Amino acid sequence: MEVVWKPLFGGVLIGLAVTLMLLFNGRVTGISGIINSAIVKPQKDSGWRWSFIAGLVLGGFVLVALNAEFFANTTGRSLTEIAIAGVLVGFGTAMGKGCTSGHGVCGVSRLSIRSIIATVTFIAAGLVTVALVKWFI
Amino acid sequence: MNQAIVAFIVGLAFALGLGLGGMTQPQKIVSFLDVTAWDPSLLFVMAGAVGVHGLLYPLVRRRKTPLLESQFHVPEGTCINLQLILGSLIFGIGWGIGGYCPGPAVVSMASGQTTAFVFVAMMLVGMGAYHLAEKFLARQK
Repeated sequence: MEVVWKPLFGGVLIGLAVTLMLLFNGRVTGISGIINSAIVKPQKDSGWRWSFIAGLVLGGFVLVALNAEFFANTTGRSLTEIAIAGVLVGFGTAMGKGCTSGHGVCGVSRLSIRSIIATVTFIAAGLVTVALVKWFI
Repeated sequence: MNQAIVAFIVGLAFALGLGLGGMTQPQKIVSFLDVTAWDPSLLFVMAGAVGVHGLLYPLVRRRKTPLLESQFHVPEGTCINLQLILGSLIFGIGWGIGGYCPGPAVVSMASGQTTAFVFVAMMLVGMGAYHLAEKFLARQK
């Protein structure tokens, strides 16, 4: 049952976190958007964006301290493939104005039609991509 | 200042949620997207997150304003345009190749893995490239 409750608990924690962000700061927790508006296309009063990013990284350090297996990467993708993936994720999330957090969690939760369509689209694209990668590599 | 403290705690909790949910292990994402060796972790993470936030969102929105801000900054658009579809398609392709979304990639930098740093650096390049393309297209009009 660990394969069920652990991800479910992780999800509940994420749901509570994004609710706090909305309740206190009135903001959607869209990570690609936050990164974009803090670094690539800097907006005024980005202090909260930077401290959110710092919180993410500190969370990463806590996870490393608990168990390095949290960061096991066994996909076998080469650095070139990872680099291509990074460019596509950056370009795509900037163009589609959101990623798994902004569209997938926050948008779907408030039943935003844009976010539901975005989420269905990126999951479908991911399914096809993984099938193609398996086929050709 | 207070908003920064809240955002910091939200970031910390979000990262722990991602880690516990297995989302910082790219293989879990790739397997979720692989119908032949399906790993449902991502589905349960989404179910937990959307379950909680979907329930609490309407309650929070009953307030006129957030606690520390004069207004809510929630996107209200309903326009389904080419950018939304094409952008999500491109994101999905990158997601399937690398097994990283933006959040887990940033969290993973704490592990010191080269893959995480390369991914995040190239993600910033991709975001920058889109803004240049956007500016270029705007000038053509």
